Amino acid sequence: MTAIVEAHALGKRYGQRQALSECTLDIPSGHVVGLVGPNGAGKSTLLKLACGMLTPTTGSVTVLGSRPGAGPEQVARVGFVAQDTPVYPGLSVADHLKLGARLNPRWDQAFAAQRIESLGLDPAQKAGRLSGGQRAQLALTVATGKRPDLLILDEPVASLDPLARRDFLRHLMEGVAEQGTSVILSSHLISDLERVCDYVIVLAAGRVRLAGEVEELTGDHHRIVCSRRDPDTLPPGLDLVHAEHTERQSTFLVRSAAPVPAGDWAVEPVGLEDLVLTYMERAVASGDRSTAQNPETTR
Amino acid sequence: MNRGLVIDFRLDAHSGVAPYLQIVQQVRQALLLGLLTEGDQLPTVKQVVAKVAINPNTVLKAYRELEHEGLAAPKPGVGTFITRSLSQASLAEQEPLRQDLVAWLARARAAGLTDAGIQALFHNTFRNTAEEDR
Repeated sequence: MTAIVEAHALGKRYGQRQALSECTLDIPSGHVVGLVGPNGAGKSTLLKLACGMLTPTTGSVTVLGSRPGAGPEQVARVGFVAQDTPVYPGLSVADHLKLGARLNPRWDQAFAAQRIESLGLDPAQKAGRLSGGQRAQLALTVATGKRPDLLILDEPVASLDPLARRDFLRHLMEGVAEQGTSVILSSHLISDLERVCDYVIVLAAGRVRLAGEVEELTGDHHRIVCSRRDPDTLPPGLDLVHAEHTERQSTFLVRSAAPVPAGDWAVEPVGLEDLVLTYMERAVASGDRSTAQNPETTR
Repeated sequence: MNRGLVIDFRLDAHSGVAPYLQIVQQVRQALLLGLLTEGDQLPTVKQVVAKVAINPNTVLKAYRELEHEGLAAPKPGVGTFITRSLSQASLAEQEPLRQDLVAWLARARAAGLTDAGIQALFHNTFRNTAEEDR
């Protein structure tokens, strides 16, 4: 099957600032992809490149096999909800669906209307008067009503309270189960991503630090706790990701597809949250923050 | 609410147990408690994700694991059904294993292992063999 996103040495520069560099990805279809990284890591840039709202400075990207925004057909296949789930405040809920029907060739009015009803939204209500959670649900309804093959969501739950967040994710997953839609969403809430994502990309300072299927990544990483020692004394074949030492103890995070051999150490599994944070920390510790100014403040 | 649903799943994000395994364990537990019996339909993938907000593949994987264990079977186009009850008979099957474990625990304590030491040894060995079996 065609990859959701295939990127080769993809880069984007805004004037002097390199927002994204050397980004190479190959995400197989049928996944719910979580995109994580500190503010200014380049998440929004990557998502906008994927939906065709930005053009690359270097490298190339294809989405569902075509150049993003290449034509009406490609645009119809990709749904995008920008940060803070924007809606038209002066338009009613029903107007949003009308707009969706006008602008999208594959629009599914029955589905969209049914969804608005099940959410308990009043079609006559002006979108500007909706709560944050309702606004996010409306934006998701318009994006899913166009029946895309791929849904791209930029921090869709960031401004929602926990209840609205859970509600949003439930509806999103329902759509995935029903339609087989692939999803890419960025978020700071790793616990949410742990529930819904089966593929994760860690972005820091404009570079991809880690990408792969969640199960594979958590299966391949191990924490080794032992008496203080040099990493060189660990068994061969382990890829050292992170080392931490106290006076007496050493803690290593290693990557290895094969199980870590038994020895005078304890081997522990590593959860997704720890894994993601370690890779982010490593990017920061390596001093690679030169490009990590905060574009979020410029929006 | 939730009429027609035989059981509900819940997910503990901090348990350290993989989400699909949590579902498998909850089905097994429901079987042992007699909440589920042969012929019952498990919630559809759509029902589960709409309730618990998890990835549909997680549910599919859990159901495949249950099929692999011979506890459930899919009926194409309908859903996944329980094919076996975990009655007292299967608890009886566990009895020899339990007795082995009791004897082993006695040996471990005689060898001077503390409770914490026994647990650490069990967990490490369990994890290592589980990984080898993968």
